[in-house]
Amino acid sequence: MPDSRTVLDVLVNNHPGVMSHVCGLFSRRAFNVEAILCLPMDGGEESRIWLLVNEDDRLEQMIRQMRKLQDVHDVRLRPAAAETFARLGEVMRD
Amino acid sequence: MFSMTGAQLTISLLERQGIRTIAGIPGGANLPLYDALSHSTRIRHVLTRHEQGAGFLAQGMARVTGRPAVCFATSGPGATNILTAIADAKLDSIPVICITGQVPRAMIGTDAFQEVDTYGMSIPVTKHNFLVRQAADLLRIIPEAFSIATSGRPGPVLIDIPRDVQLERVTFESWPETGGSEPAPAFFDADLEAAVNMINAARRPVLWIGGGVVAAGAGGEILELAERASMPVASTLMGLTAIPHDHPLRMGMLGMHAQRHTNMALEACDLILAAGVRFDDRATGKVQEFCPQAKVIHIDIDHSELEKLRPASVAILGDVGEVLRALLPKISPVPRSEWLEYIEALKRAFPSQIPVKGGHATPQELIRRVGELSGDRAVVVTDVGKHQMWAAQSYPFEPGMSWLTSGGLGTMGFGLPAAIGAALAAPERKVVCISGDGSLLMNIQEMATAAEQGADVTVILLNNVCLGLVHQQQELFFKANYFSSIYEVNVDFPRIASGFGWKTWDLAGAQDPDAVLREALSHKGPALIHVPVDRDEKVWPMVPPGAANRTMLGGENNA
Repeated sequence: MPDSRTVLDVLVNNHPGVMSHVCGLFSRRAFNVEAILCLPMDGGEESRIWLLVNEDDRLEQMIRQMRKLQDVHDVRLRPAAAETFARLGEVMRD
Repeated sequence: MFSMTGAQLTISLLERQGIRTIAGIPGGANLPLYDALSHSTRIRHVLTRHEQGAGFLAQGMARVTGRPAVCFATSGPGATNILTAIADAKLDSIPVICITGQVPRAMIGTDAFQEVDTYGMSIPVTKHNFLVRQAADLLRIIPEAFSIATSGRPGPVLIDIPRDVQLERVTFESWPETGGSEPAPAFFDADLEAAVNMINAARRPVLWIGGGVVAAGAGGEILELAERASMPVASTLMGLTAIPHDHPLRMGMLGMHAQRHTNMALEACDLILAAGVRFDDRATGKVQEFCPQAKVIHIDIDHSELEKLRPASVAILGDVGEVLRALLPKISPVPRSEWLEYIEALKRAFPSQIPVKGGHATPQELIRRVGELSGDRAVVVTDVGKHQMWAAQSYPFEPGMSWLTSGGLGTMGFGLPAAIGAALAAPERKVVCISGDGSLLMNIQEMATAAEQGADVTVILLNNVCLGLVHQQQELFFKANYFSSIYEVNVDFPRIASGFGWKTWDLAGAQDPDAVLREALSHKGPALIHVPVDRDEKVWPMVPPGAANRTMLGGENNA
């Protein structure tokens, strides 16, 4: 996995449509999301989305845009989580 | 215990939010809502002739009052028609609540009659949107929609309600709190201190204000700061009413259609205090070359606007009025006579194109004359095109006026329905809509709405029988290859307007145009003043799209 990638850790409300809101911010700026991981948390009221993205000058703007979404509670950078995607890649290849 | 349908609940919650007028059109998927609305004694419905008209009518109400306004549309084509007005509200930060009908829940996703994915389509053009899955959720969603639309940077919210949810019965124990505006974020003293030091140390500072200043009602604070720190003020299209047009420190609009001296003053400044602006390309020109010598202090209520297009030396997140009130006592009064003399010299070397007095020889003079006759509480509405830029340059703005124009999206067809909304929301004020023939044709059906409502709207139609700004760009940048910009049919607008029940006047060949203008503007009720305009009348100066603001075409000599 190249060093220039990082992971955005996004805590959201868990309902249909949230993924569209989050991913729409990326697609309309032609900012590719390399990989997505999403799991419900704590009884399913909330979900956590991990987005594997390229380090890019626009990343700070993406984070600020995401924080404006009503269903997004928190956005953090979590570069160490990129390793998880590498391991998942091995599972997928099986 | 209360028990009612989702539709009745929606109408009751809107009444509780203080909504008294709703614009819209009924259709299959929102008929339960309309049935409930028919029983409301507090809400008046304005039936428009196209859903886009309903969206812009709501915008007119919201823009003139500063409070959220509501519009209704049915599913499918009703929703797609209204989306342009919602996108327009998003780009200009206008609090509009749009409630659309949707096919019943069981039919969603089946390509049912008049089904489109309204929720999916409205994501990028709203501040937030909802698809209501059960009627009980309305108790939370409607107040939340009002809170979202009005908090922080305002914006439109869409609520999509399936037909069977409108009919579903809900039982509940108590009414929810109404939704209102949340307090603005608190700013940091350290940022304030840094900004104060930069302003006090600057030799050639400029204040640059936009729609955020008007939305925050902070024109008074801007004027106080400008006078104390001797800072000339440039404005975006959306900030033109913040300070009086004849104030000596006002430099008018900057950017693509600024006066030459305004753009040149910005070229020379060493500090910009950017308040409630978003560095739009029509204002900055090529943003990399905008104010090349200047440090930037940027105040905005939307975090994502700070440093979006240009790094700021100090970025302050907050309400521009609150920030300025905290800033003002720390600003040293300085005359900065050298800087102000430099700007006066620029004004002498590159004189303004703006007429100092109203008249009838040019469209700019006519607009000035309309301004002189309409009073300092007028609501000035425009469409999009040459007439809009002439109005932005030449209308004698005062802080008591409202200026309703489609700034961000630039939607032709905005003017007439927005003016009707403004006239219904502020019936005691004079509403003038300066329009063009291309724009007026895009929502001309709303003349029927205006006649039905008796809306006191005066449309001043500057008719050059073409798409004026397109024509101008084809001449300047496409070797005068006028393609699809000239209308071959010259529509008889006064006859069309009479057909809708409007009173009409024509300045074509008028012996005493001023008498005609005065008579028309004193009429109560929908009125059209037709003004023929030469196709070759340009909007000068002009910065070519994509160029730096120092590259200006035209407008060298005094008009």
